[in-house]
Amino acid sequence: MGLPNASGDLSSEMEVDAFRRLFPLRFHERHLVESIRPDARPVGRARETTLALGAVASADGSALAKIGSTTMLAAIKMEVMTPSMESPDEGCIAIEFHMPPICSPIVRPGRPAEAAPVVSKQLSDTILSSGMINLKELSLVSGKVAWMAYLDIYCLDADGALFDAALLSAVAAFSHLKIPVVSLNDDGRVVVVSEEQEGGKLENEPVNKEKRKLTLSSIPFSLTCILHKNYILADPTAEEESIMETLVTVVLDSSGQLVSLYKPGGPVLAYSSAVQDCVALTRHRVKELQKILNEAMSDMEVD
Amino acid sequence: MEIDRVDGRTPNQLRPLACSRNILHRAHGSASWSQGDTKVLAAVYGPKAGTKKNENPEKACIEVIWKPKTGQIGKPEKEFEMILKRTLQSICILTVNPNTTTSVIVQVVNDDGALLPCAINAACAALVDAGIPLKHLAVAICCCLAETGYVILDPTKLEEQKMKAFAYLVFPNSILSVLPQGSSLVEGEPMEHGIITSVTHGVMLVDDYLHCLQRGRAASAKMSDFLRRSLQSQVPSDSSKAG
Repeated sequence: MGLPNASGDLSSEMEVDAFRRLFPLRFHERHLVESIRPDARPVGRARETTLALGAVASADGSALAKIGSTTMLAAIKMEVMTPSMESPDEGCIAIEFHMPPICSPIVRPGRPAEAAPVVSKQLSDTILSSGMINLKELSLVSGKVAWMAYLDIYCLDADGALFDAALLSAVAAFSHLKIPVVSLNDDGRVVVVSEEQEGGKLENEPVNKEKRKLTLSSIPFSLTCILHKNYILADPTAEEESIMETLVTVVLDSSGQLVSLYKPGGPVLAYSSAVQDCVALTRHRVKELQKILNEAMSDMEVD
Repeated sequence: MEIDRVDGRTPNQLRPLACSRNILHRAHGSASWSQGDTKVLAAVYGPKAGTKKNENPEKACIEVIWKPKTGQIGKPEKEFEMILKRTLQSICILTVNPNTTTSVIVQVVNDDGALLPCAINAACAALVDAGIPLKHLAVAICCCLAETGYVILDPTKLEEQKMKAFAYLVFPNSILSVLPQGSSLVEGEPMEHGIITSVTHGVMLVDDYLHCLQRGRAASAKMSDFLRRSLQSQVPSDSSKAG
């Protein structure tokens, strides 16, 4: 037990950076006592969030989301496929989350990051179970052709709350998605109608002239919180995540329903009061994110 | 509001539980856990010297290897591995054996719903069998939520697919302590009411989730008793392993 006291004496004469590296937990707890965090945020506030739609010109829908310095690039590519026998009038969505070595010093080249498949699975569970996208809208000709949406999310900078940023970029990419116009040619095959042809007269009538946008109902938004002692820290950075290990991710949809409450272990137990506090913080965050998404979309329309 | 379950159980009734330990000869600790037709085998090797890369060498490291019944391991298994690892880390005392790795190998024998909770229970029993220092035990349970907001416990695979949402919950078991009652209360709630792990699937109301928590806690107390009984009954035969 000598260590905390020793650090307490040292803290008055030691340089701040040295103290931060030698006693990271004490460094953070000293901030928390004052209800503030090392980056000058209050305990319950998320970092500044920005969203840019249409970041990838070659994709059918794309978005770049930044929460603090955590950066995610999401892009959707639409391809035509034959629907499965079980669901002949439904399209399909394939979601993949990538963590290239550029994103964090922990990820080494040639070795895939451990977190990537887990976030990937979490994302597809959340997006598919939230009912945001009606898969029937991705159908072109029932039983014959349907859309396959490949959503790829690249993490460019992993500075904590990966899932939150990934989900935000995914949702934004779907709201930016513009489905290409296709028509059936004489052989009954699907061909993409290019932009130039669109204005002029067409040999074959496009199949999906009206259905260019997906209707997104009940969009899910998430907030990750750290539980540490009695404190709840919203939207942690990578440093905070590595020091205080209990994470709770709450996903709520825009109508306030719970899509997921995810707490994978951690040394701190979540009691009912903490769960309710996390949900309340998420409710507040959903409103913020909804506003950011709406602003980004209206910016696009002006352009 | 009553739901008829295919196997005639009441909503709160769990499937028959079975747990046997020390079933593998070569492993340092092993256990099989079954809930009805779901059966999982867990083996523990370790503590072995050294930690893996990117792990804190000042603490013991836990490694989980998930073996599905058939086929290759994919994304869902990777996620199970991660959840299981974090859950076990939170119940182990990691400072007793610093710079060591304990491997937990989970082999799915049969999956008939509530697979992850079953695996957590099996891994926990195997850790006890291997004599790894633990803070407390973990008890895992699956709660299923029907369209009408009705909760059923420990669903079979068929029920899991039919229901609109389900939650896997892990609670600590109640500690038998010589300390006076009330010392384990945290914020007015007993310690065993805290959630170690929560994984949900499907859309539900927040109130429904809290309702699931309540039911899960009630059932976890029963499972906790079962776990304790089954661990105690095998203690005498265990002395051979101590040496």
